[in-house]
Amino acid sequence: MSVRRLAPPEIQPKDFSFSNENLAWAKEQLKKYPESRQQSAIIPLLWRAQEQNGGWLPEAAIRHIADFLGMAHIRALEVATFYTMFNLQPVGKFHVQLCGTTPCRLRGADDLEKVCRSRIGDQGEVTSDGKFSWVEVECLGACVNAPMAQINYDYYEDLTADSFGKILDDLATGKKVKPGPQIDRQLSAPVGGATTLKEKA
Amino acid sequence: MLADKDRIFRNLYGQHDWRLKGARARGAWDGTKAILEKGRDAIIEEIKTSGLRGRGGAGFPTGLKWSFMPKKSDGRPHYLVVNADESEPGTCKDREIMRHDPHLLVEGCLIAGFAMGANTGYIYVRGEFVRERERLQAAIDEAYDARLIGKNNVHGWDFDLYVHHGAGAYICGEETALLESLEGKKGQPRLKPPFPANVGLYGCPTTVNNVESIAAAPDIMRRGASWFAGIGRPNNTGTKLFCISGHVEKPCNVEEAMGIPLRELLETHAGGVRGGWDNLLAVIPGGSSMPLVPAGRDQADTLIMDFDGCRDKKSALGTAAVIVMDKSTDIVRAMTRISYFYKHESCGQCTPCREGMGWMWRVLTRMAEGRAQRREIDMLMQVTQQIEGHTICAFGDGAAWPVQGLLRHFRPEIERRIDEYSRNADAHGAVREAAE
Repeated sequence: MSVRRLAPPEIQPKDFSFSNENLAWAKEQLKKYPESRQQSAIIPLLWRAQEQNGGWLPEAAIRHIADFLGMAHIRALEVATFYTMFNLQPVGKFHVQLCGTTPCRLRGADDLEKVCRSRIGDQGEVTSDGKFSWVEVECLGACVNAPMAQINYDYYEDLTADSFGKILDDLATGKKVKPGPQIDRQLSAPVGGATTLKEKA
Repeated sequence: MLADKDRIFRNLYGQHDWRLKGARARGAWDGTKAILEKGRDAIIEEIKTSGLRGRGGAGFPTGLKWSFMPKKSDGRPHYLVVNADESEPGTCKDREIMRHDPHLLVEGCLIAGFAMGANTGYIYVRGEFVRERERLQAAIDEAYDARLIGKNNVHGWDFDLYVHHGAGAYICGEETALLESLEGKKGQPRLKPPFPANVGLYGCPTTVNNVESIAAAPDIMRRGASWFAGIGRPNNTGTKLFCISGHVEKPCNVEEAMGIPLRELLETHAGGVRGGWDNLLAVIPGGSSMPLVPAGRDQADTLIMDFDGCRDKKSALGTAAVIVMDKSTDIVRAMTRISYFYKHESCGQCTPCREGMGWMWRVLTRMAEGRAQRREIDMLMQVTQQIEGHTICAFGDGAAWPVQGLLRHFRPEIERRIDEYSRNADAHGAVREAAE
């Protein structure tokens, strides 16, 4: 369990509604689920609202979606606070989720954490230019490419303090960065070439 | 070593085309109609004979699970739900299937759906896998366009397949928590019985399977149960994706035969333990929920990587995520971090788990520094046993076992730290702290 609270009232926007494009998308989503089971769509819809709101989820959006799906507000609030990928506080333009679980720790996540602390600040803080924020998360499921971090939607794998720092530099200056392994390696194959599947498929 | 021709996931590393054309060249969607024409019972029988056991951790026989679905519908629809909420620390195999061999999964869904009388399937992907989800959706769209699935498809069994996703909750990998989440609620596990095969998604008969189990089904049907059953040992048949992480020279994913010895697995594919085999401290053979196996002649040296082999060492194969720790590892701290993981991910429903996870983590944090009493070791062991088996789902067990493994095998190390801390405290600790 982790304690998760909504952002303070001062920064909560007064109201929220889906853009036309997102509204059409949301209606499309409901078709995936049987009639009268539209509540199923709540996670994808909250997610889309978070995207529309610059990476975090305000209370008004939770209420809006609850109304849209015909749910009690408290049920939607439960969902928004239960699932940790809903950012209830504002985040930076590049939100870094650093994997800190044992497989990544064994291969140097401690060094990456230092990089985050020195360049971005404490967990949950947004840099003054609004570009970066970071948070330590639990296993992201790329353990053979440890240590790794997720920045927005992309995984950056096989990191070192240097290569991680460079990615942050490049993002800050608007340069293009390549997701995936940051060393010479074919995704999850062993470094230096696969030991299997050498025949042409 | 398993021959390449016996591998199911022939695009594991993504060197080849993942799209329909590439997947077809590797054999996917070949003769699917003929497979369905064998009929439901024959398919279930074939999967049973193959000995396929669920690849998501518990190792329940897949064919048997399918056979629990009602033979005739009582008016309620049947559902197939695929568990792609891969979050067990150390595990990263389903991700490779979804991004590199998605058509095996889609085809497997059709076959499994047909075998259990389901016309609708949901694939529940963990929220973090955004790119994998996009890839999977693209593959499903291709399959719809080619009329391989959907209404009035070429296979003669109407089947709709949808991708759904979570938003960062490990517990949603538990099948009933997943169903709750899919219904748009908090992911808190349900009491069983009733089991999902009778009352599952939306109160209808449902079967939840792991991605790897479903993706293996088409190849088993095409090549025959005897092919699959011929690999590995009895009761532990077939091939398996192993995820080798931690202190090895070359961490990697690899598909191997069940029953491969741990040492051979690490040395053939992962370049061996960092600093040589003698530098091994301990290994977690099946993802973080399973007890560790220490180095040693009767332990890791002779560990056979399958369900029974791991059980012989008082651990379990779980998801076959091998986390290797060499002698440089601070083992107490490593396990404390795993304990923190469970504290963070507990859904909060059952008291022993909600309160116990934090308690275990706090005690272990002190033990890692040595700031504890020797008698607390026994107390910690007792608490793990009071959590184990006293919660609605297996999460409590999965959090208790790694701590039990640590205490079973590394008690002297914890005692050493406690003694050292006390010695330091008597020697100069108090004065120095006051001076600072």
